[in-house]
Amino acid sequence: MFFKRLALAGAVSVAATAAYADGHATCDFENTTEITMLSAAFEAWVAVTDGMAACGNFSPELDQEFRTKQPEGFAADPSLYQLGGVSNGTITPLLNQGTIRPLDDLIAAHGDQLTPNQLIQIDGQTMAVAMMVNVQHLMFREDILSDLGIETPTTWEEVLTAAETIQEAGVVDYPLGATMKAGWNIAQEFVNMFGGFGGTMVNDDNTPGVNSEEGLAALDMMMRLTEYMDPEYLVSDSTYVQQQFQQGSIAMANLWASRAGAMNDEAESQVVGLVATAAAPLAMEGGAPATTLWWDGIVVAANISDEEAEMAFRTAMAGIDSETVAAAPDAAIWLIEGYEPNDMSAGAIASATANPAPPAYPSTTQMGLMHTALGNELPAFFTGDVTAEEALAAVEAAYTVAAQEAGLLE
Amino acid sequence: MKFKTFIWFVGPSLFLMLLFIALPLYAVLMGSFQVTQPVMQTVEVESCSAGFLTQSCTTEIRTIPVLDEETGEMLTTTEWVGWLSYERVLEPQRAWDAITSLNYGALMQIDFWAALRFTLMFTFITLPLVIGVGLAIALAVNNAAKSIRGPIIFISLLPFIITPVIGSLSIYWLFVGDGILTRGIENLLDRDIAMFAQAWTIELLMLFYRVWHVAPFAFVIFYAGLQTVNQDTLESAIIDGATRWDRLKYVIIPHLMPLIIFIALIHLMDSYRVFDEIVGFRAEAHVISLQYLTFDFLQPDDAGNRAFSRASASSMLTMVGIVILLIPLLRRTWRDHKGSSH
Repeated sequence: MFFKRLALAGAVSVAATAAYADGHATCDFENTTEITMLSAAFEAWVAVTDGMAACGNFSPELDQEFRTKQPEGFAADPSLYQLGGVSNGTITPLLNQGTIRPLDDLIAAHGDQLTPNQLIQIDGQTMAVAMMVNVQHLMFREDILSDLGIETPTTWEEVLTAAETIQEAGVVDYPLGATMKAGWNIAQEFVNMFGGFGGTMVNDDNTPGVNSEEGLAALDMMMRLTEYMDPEYLVSDSTYVQQQFQQGSIAMANLWASRAGAMNDEAESQVVGLVATAAAPLAMEGGAPATTLWWDGIVVAANISDEEAEMAFRTAMAGIDSETVAAAPDAAIWLIEGYEPNDMSAGAIASATANPAPPAYPSTTQMGLMHTALGNELPAFFTGDVTAEEALAAVEAAYTVAAQEAGLLE
Repeated sequence: MKFKTFIWFVGPSLFLMLLFIALPLYAVLMGSFQVTQPVMQTVEVESCSAGFLTQSCTTEIRTIPVLDEETGEMLTTTEWVGWLSYERVLEPQRAWDAITSLNYGALMQIDFWAALRFTLMFTFITLPLVIGVGLAIALAVNNAAKSIRGPIIFISLLPFIITPVIGSLSIYWLFVGDGILTRGIENLLDRDIAMFAQAWTIELLMLFYRVWHVAPFAFVIFYAGLQTVNQDTLESAIIDGATRWDRLKYVIIPHLMPLIIFIALIHLMDSYRVFDEIVGFRAEAHVISLQYLTFDFLQPDDAGNRAFSRASASSMLTMVGIVILLIPLLRRTWRDHKGSSH
């Protein structure tokens, strides 16, 4: 994983340099201080940092290992980075350490273009400005489903039925793909499914709540789905599932919206124009789609001077304007004015606007600990070493120890 | 040598050893007995998050760290907890229950014991294989015609030159999914094969990879040793009617014994710290090693949490494990050393 990320980061930074070269972006002011930024390395960030570079004196660092570098970098005084790219999962350590600053004054002065929907507020203060949303949604081979006369599945039960039909027809190697790699990915799949069944991960008193009806239902459903997957699903991450799609070896997967664009990339995909998207399936009738809402956005460091912060914020605003959207309309589900959804974003929008809506992934310390515990303990259930009850009990035990160590539980 | 000269001679190394070996060890040891945690407070927070069309706001009770008013840093407390972190890693009660009820599966559910099981198995299976294969290659090369020895040595050394992580990644890519070798075996056996879907195939690949990677090191050492075998002894053995096997058993192996012990020492230390294979093969769902366990504790999650105390405890336990493994070999070397000095 690590090395794949590294390679990806390398590739993207090359792409970023190339993007500078044509320099079509414009900026309405001349930036006079050195601004550096650390963010993830996917396509949307390349587009945004490209727009920011037009203001001058700006050097972005796009690195998939940003989540380990950011807390330390921002805690330094003065901060090593003026700007940071975060998501609702990775903003937590910055909030906890108080290393990012409230942006309300800056928004009042320079943020006319922002819509209220973009403001991430904690206790009345705006701590981050979101530029895009991401969500896991159902991606499927439109051609295969229509050939076999299958309606687009809207629930996981229907996904199972469809998978059965596809399996019998034998048109692909495996009907389903899923990001079930042990660790972060499998935990995220569980978080989605568990939320779909209406469960509560962590109670208000910080005790775990996964060992419940909903937890068992989620594991049961995930296990039934694995029967239609490549048996090596425990090493399968987003990139692997994306490639399975591109090589035509799977027909359906609940995959990140940010991966949808790659399906129509003629350089690497054999299924251009054949993949469609729909809302993430429901786990139960009347529930929310089994997914969580994510946003990606920009934060400004606390440990820098106010002048620097102002310059940094203005530069950031130049990056998340409609010009960036015009330059890279398919790179993300933008929250920025001027964004027009295309076919591939239909599923993500349907997921995000469903009623009831899926929850946003909670940015809390507890959730970080729970995510790790899930990622470490759940694989034993899928390898058949333990029962679902034992796996969930182990998750709760692991979470409890970690929470005690972190000072959240007595 | 005068004591003063001696001290001036070894002083710098002693100082550096204290600074870079003893001091970090001491820090880790102390860290394993302490827990540092932020001071937490429970507050009601209204937070608003981005949706696609509208903002979604929720009010919830949150436990968040207290920040120092002046410095803006997180307030933390450090507490002496004794053996608590060791207990959290070893889970002695759960392990004992599993052992007394002869429930192997339950024991393997505890990360530490599962990691110990794999680490020991890995160490003890690769050890004889590395020595055996290394010796076999050395003997083969030694008996090969002089003209082709150079190229053979060069080729047999190649696996050792490859960086371990890169080597294990290559093996992974050869076998994962529809990797080229999996395809090949599938064609031969006419059945579907998934090397990374169950633990035993992954472990087999790891063992194979480690032996493939380290055997050349053993080979080079043994090959050098073979050049010093006393030819007169060998020739007289032949005259006495000793077979090839007898010569190997009674002349060559005793001569190489110090080297065998040297290789065993190095290999025990290295393979007890097995880590690259786990990362390279993405095997953490199926097997983990002790070193991986420490790494996993240290790896921060998205919320920035790390389990420093448990990581310290687990690395101390790893060190203790290595020392226990090395004791028999070190005692033997010590005995030989004392014997030869008289």
